[in-house]
Amino acid sequence: MTHTPYQTDVAIIGAGPVGLFAVFELGLYDMKAAVIDVLPMVGGQCAELYPEKPIYDIPALVSVTGQALTDQLMAQIKPFNPEFFLGQSAEKLVKTDDGWQITTSDNQIIQAKVVVIATGGGLFSPKKPALANLDAYEGTSVFYAIRNVEQFHNKNIVIAGGGDSALDWALYFVPLAKRVTLVHHRDGFKAAPDSVNKMRELVAMDKMDFEIAKLDTLEGDAPQITNVQIIDKATNTQKSIPADMFMAFYGLTMKAGPLAEFGINMENNLVPVDTEKFETNVASIVSIGDINTYAGKQKLILSGFHEAALMAKGAFHYIYPEKKFRFQYTTSSSNLQSKLGVDA
Amino acid sequence: MKINVIDQQGTHHALEAEEGWRVMEIIRDWDLNIKAECGGACSCATCHVYVDTAWLDKLYPPTDEELDMLDSAPAVESYSRLSCQLIMSQALDGLTVTLAAGSEKD
Repeated sequence: MTHTPYQTDVAIIGAGPVGLFAVFELGLYDMKAAVIDVLPMVGGQCAELYPEKPIYDIPALVSVTGQALTDQLMAQIKPFNPEFFLGQSAEKLVKTDDGWQITTSDNQIIQAKVVVIATGGGLFSPKKPALANLDAYEGTSVFYAIRNVEQFHNKNIVIAGGGDSALDWALYFVPLAKRVTLVHHRDGFKAAPDSVNKMRELVAMDKMDFEIAKLDTLEGDAPQITNVQIIDKATNTQKSIPADMFMAFYGLTMKAGPLAEFGINMENNLVPVDTEKFETNVASIVSIGDINTYAGKQKLILSGFHEAALMAKGAFHYIYPEKKFRFQYTTSSSNLQSKLGVDA
Repeated sequence: MKINVIDQQGTHHALEAEEGWRVMEIIRDWDLNIKAECGGACSCATCHVYVDTAWLDKLYPPTDEELDMLDSAPAVESYSRLSCQLIMSQALDGLTVTLAAGSEKD
């Protein structure tokens, strides 16, 4: 798929709280931003890992949930109308004559003068089961997400996991596949009760199988599996399930993204920056939030907010090299207030 | 007060522990290789440990929330726990846990 290249002043990689607040700080000084995130929604960790959990150390907010913080940030940056590219990761970063060109996993091109790396704990990626040789089968007979459903028709499918994704896909494939086997380590699920009931009914009607077991090995010449070996939890005995396709749904975890390939210095998967402009070793690539490192760094959302404000001042000189950066307060500046749409 | 932690390489570490701290926090504070990406909110299962079975009875049983979260950890056993849900007390002085696969940083 090709898309029209998108041009903006600043491209922010990561739509967590710090990436979102950067839109605000940049916007106050007339810098337009586009935000890229691998998740289909904004909020990063706050939205993906703990939307319901309260955070107690956001200044002036006694308690706020991850989702509420995200919602408030989205309301705060609304006047600046940022463009979002969600559900896609920044894959490539190339220098151009007047800035940078990012290519995302959806082949979207984004051109910007400044790039902000605000990728937090890393790129949300599927958790993988602890099985040897897994990667040799990935993409052919082992999957963590389903894109092309046709390839699973009339196949023996083994699905591992006990959440909604595992249950939903198991139910979806029962009428289409040769046989569906759900493997979970206990007889309990973190899924919609209705789906669990449907699964149990299908098992009772012998339309699918459910094994309370742990995964042991994948068999078959890579990249094609032939069997999934499991160990029954109750009897501790091995069992081999014929399988053409294996899917594992264990949720997401954060992995180091392709930052090292962007040509910036990394230290233990973190990006060293200066504490004046939060710039990396490469001019006009800056980094804020949990992904950066400097003397005294604390991985707190509030630190990332502070970094965003200072970063914006540094970015200004790349976007408006001929202009002077004029520091202003939102309480008193009619200029800032008009941008925020709150002018009296 | 101490806890014994066996890391992903099989190395034993005796760590000074403090009452009221989460076992995950102690392991992280001593710079062992623990991912614990949600920071202790029982929301990610990347602080998964195997508890030495001699200690299982001394622990508070897991909540439904912890059991649900353990579903997203690889290789769960009957003695699996999330170390962010284990709170140090005098009764746990000497607790031994092994860091499970999937609990390591990249």
